[in-house]
Amino acid sequence: MNISGILLQLFQNTLVVLVAPLLLGWVNQCRAWLQNRTGPGILRPYLNLFKLFQKDAVLAHNASPLFRFHPYILFACMWLAASLVPVIATDLPLSPAVDVIVLVGIFALARVFISLAAMDIGTSFGTLGARREMLVGFLAEPALLMVFFTAAAISHSTSLSTIVETLAHKQFVLHPSLAFAAIAFIMVLLAENARIPVDNPSTHLELTMIHEAMILEYSARHLALIEWASALKLLAFSTIGIAVFLPWGIAEAGNWGAIPLALVALFLKLAAAGAGLALLETVSAKMRIFRVPEFMGTAFLLAVLGLLVHFLHGS
Amino acid sequence: MIFVSTLLPIDVALGVIVYWLLLAFAGLLLQNTRTITRVIFPAGAAGALVLAAAALSGLGGPANVAVLPLGLPDLPFHLRMDSLSAFFMLLLGAASIGISLYSAGYFRDYEGNELGLLCFEYHIFLAAMALVFLADDAYLFMVAWEAMALSSYFLVTTDHVVPEIRRAGFLYLLIAHVGAIAILMCFGVMQGGHGDYTFATMRNAHLNELWASVTFLLALFGFGAKAGIVPLHVWLPEAHPAAPSPVSAMMSGIMLKTAIYGILRVTFDLIDVQLWWWGVLALTLGLITALFGVIFAAVQTDMKRLLAYSSIENIGIILVGIGLAITFHVFRKDAVAALALTATLYHALNHAFMKGLLFLGTGSVLHATGERKLGKLGGLIHPMPKLALLVLVGALAIAGLPPLNGFVSEWLILQAFLLSPGLPHSYLNMLIPIAAAALVLASALAGYVMVKFYGVIFLGQPREGKFEDAHDIGIWERIGLGWLALGCILLGVFPVFVILLIDPVTQLMVGHTLGGSAAQTGWLWLTPLEPGRASYSPLILFLIVIVGVIFTMLAVKKFYHGRLRHGPAWDCGFPEQTARMQDTAEGFGQPIRQIFEPFFGVTRIVPTPFDKHPHYRGESRDRIWDYAYLPIASVTEKLSALIGRLQHGRIHIYLLYSFLTLLALLAFVR
Repeated sequence: MNISGILLQLFQNTLVVLVAPLLLGWVNQCRAWLQNRTGPGILRPYLNLFKLFQKDAVLAHNASPLFRFHPYILFACMWLAASLVPVIATDLPLSPAVDVIVLVGIFALARVFISLAAMDIGTSFGTLGARREMLVGFLAEPALLMVFFTAAAISHSTSLSTIVETLAHKQFVLHPSLAFAAIAFIMVLLAENARIPVDNPSTHLELTMIHEAMILEYSARHLALIEWASALKLLAFSTIGIAVFLPWGIAEAGNWGAIPLALVALFLKLAAAGAGLALLETVSAKMRIFRVPEFMGTAFLLAVLGLLVHFLHGS
Repeated sequence: MIFVSTLLPIDVALGVIVYWLLLAFAGLLLQNTRTITRVIFPAGAAGALVLAAAALSGLGGPANVAVLPLGLPDLPFHLRMDSLSAFFMLLLGAASIGISLYSAGYFRDYEGNELGLLCFEYHIFLAAMALVFLADDAYLFMVAWEAMALSSYFLVTTDHVVPEIRRAGFLYLLIAHVGAIAILMCFGVMQGGHGDYTFATMRNAHLNELWASVTFLLALFGFGAKAGIVPLHVWLPEAHPAAPSPVSAMMSGIMLKTAIYGILRVTFDLIDVQLWWWGVLALTLGLITALFGVIFAAVQTDMKRLLAYSSIENIGIILVGIGLAITFHVFRKDAVAALALTATLYHALNHAFMKGLLFLGTGSVLHATGERKLGKLGGLIHPMPKLALLVLVGALAIAGLPPLNGFVSEWLILQAFLLSPGLPHSYLNMLIPIAAAALVLASALAGYVMVKFYGVIFLGQPREGKFEDAHDIGIWERIGLGWLALGCILLGVFPVFVILLIDPVTQLMVGHTLGGSAAQTGWLWLTPLEPGRASYSPLILFLIVIVGVIFTMLAVKKFYHGRLRHGPAWDCGFPEQTARMQDTAEGFGQPIRQIFEPFFGVTRIVPTPFDKHPHYRGESRDRIWDYAYLPIASVTEKLSALIGRLQHGRIHIYLLYSFLTLLALLAFVR
């Protein structure tokens, strides 16, 4: 572990936490454009966070310490997850500590905590949201893991750095298994980040809401941290997708000269991914909550199919 | 000092067993609540500590042998402590320290004869389990096995005035004995006609493939009945809720592992051949058990039944590990076999801690509220914050979340799947990813189950009535639960040390270890084969999350004014909020019931619009009862009725039977 590696890691930690709301703003802005609206501007999420940090927090009488403590855990988990994905350079000092299975475990930890916090006040919406979140989660988590397993089986490693290096070095070969995995991954991304068609991030008070139902009781700084964590989660998922399916342009370990180029490549890819996400959300309609298990089941089966194709076909 | 240096681990273990037996009789004779709870149970915990220490020193050492001149003439008891026994004794000792200390507080309301008997059976149970691990001949093994089954039967039926508990006890005893018969026959096959039932003979006997397979199937059936492998699991959800909570903790955390020990002992030690389809069978059964257990756990409304089904799931995961280990071992992929076996043993150890912790936690809830139905609990984090914190550790651990211990063993099993080298059969290769997917699904569902378990009991508001007089746990309970919770954390954060402990066992069983590669990059990093392929450092992860949380808190504190108001819950502005509007346990499990409807026999009683007192009731039944057990029971009853015709109650007819039997025997023997 050398000093430049640590610096790079710190740089990435700072970068993700600052850039995350920008990606959210960009997606929302693209959505607005696609719907022929002017849109709130891509800096809106920052202003929202700023606004929330100004307000007085209101806490329900029934809240337990778990309720107050949860936003910090959620934020720390998502921040960690986003900092671990090799987005600009591989072989960061923290990358051996966490492989893809642990990454999924971190997301699961955050999900369990947010569901528990939602049940803490004991309101009807809170428990309902918690139940739905776990329902989406118990199918999304294995699907995500299967996607990672496909990539891991191709590169014979579960370490994200090795996966990215292996896939980046290969010439452009179309892995049929990765094609299945990519579709499954997009479905998981939509579900995990509370996007249409599974959930709608821009409405409140909808009977089919999932994520919003869980955080109804939060306000001010707690809500700001949760919103920020959601933005970090979206960034983490986008960068995971980029790292596994479009790894070209990333800087190898210790190659400082390649980093500016890697940064430019990353921002271009993120912009494209955000626009694509907005397009997907615009052309699809939100589905009934009872259809969500089918949607997630499809994602899971596609991911398993991808892994099977790899094992049978060898690529 | 010379005496100490010549004291072998096996002697210490024997000493602890005798000590436990003495404690058992002391409890039976004294029957004084104060003495039993304040002296005997803590003394039992001290014995467990000594046993764990002896086991620790016995791990990796040479096998100790002892012969006790007890039992029948010319048939002494053979004892042997090798690394496998030592590992399971370590599990027994380490987990029962916490359970015994907890019992010291938990049984304070029991009195007189009942407590005396309970203390007696409890320590006999402990001693019998230790003896199962030490036995080196079939005779002693069966004696210890039966002592274990009987003492636990009496513990389950502590509340024998309740008819359901007597029924649950009977079911447990029945299945335990069906299993015991299979184990007896398994030993019978293995001794190979020598008439010598020591394990040493069995190790040297060479069975052909057919007889080896028969042995394996009998062992899987017999030990599976004790472990709760589907379809022999039906006693678990009945017996666990019936027993007092420390007993449930002991049965689920430790006794189920004696069955795992038995399977490992027979498959890897006593039989010298193995066939690949055994592994596939164990893998498939394990997956079915894991998925079945977790799906049923998700729809339970009784907290102890929920945990019982969760135990079935974990036994399934352990069996998956055994199946993988057998398969890889047969194809001589011993590095991965060692990985799978390490994961199996690790998970067994983890489960003893996690499930012990959770069952004891339900005991405290039951004690404080008198309520076992999840639908009536809620909001217990307010009156019982210490218990809530300790149970949270167990719930997160069993949900398989990093950086706790449940995650490490699941991570290792998944690594074994992923690192599986090409196997010679193409359909085996196909099975591996499908099995991995099913296992991952089961462990994700475990998260669902644990959110339900913890959220419904501890969070929200009390659903019916207020638990204002619910008291937090006392000092003994706190120490017992704290020990188990500490185990969950340490086993999760320092995996390399645990793997080094398991190494002698895998060396013994598959001739390969994980420790060399696991520790090659230092104790901080867990690398199952080589660092480039996979690595995990729970301690670093733990520290980063803590640093992240503290950093965020400090930053928020610095930049935020910190004003905070308390108000009623908002809930989208709905004015009429009652505690009954929260999800009940049934509501929380509803999506799972809907998705997996074909698995359950669901009966619903739905009110009509004209009901004066509308009542909704839904029940999920285990279909295995209808398809397997009830037909077997009715066939048995018919057969018994036929055989019953032989009985007339007239003595000359019985004399005629004896005469005919003699004639038949004469004709045969001649």
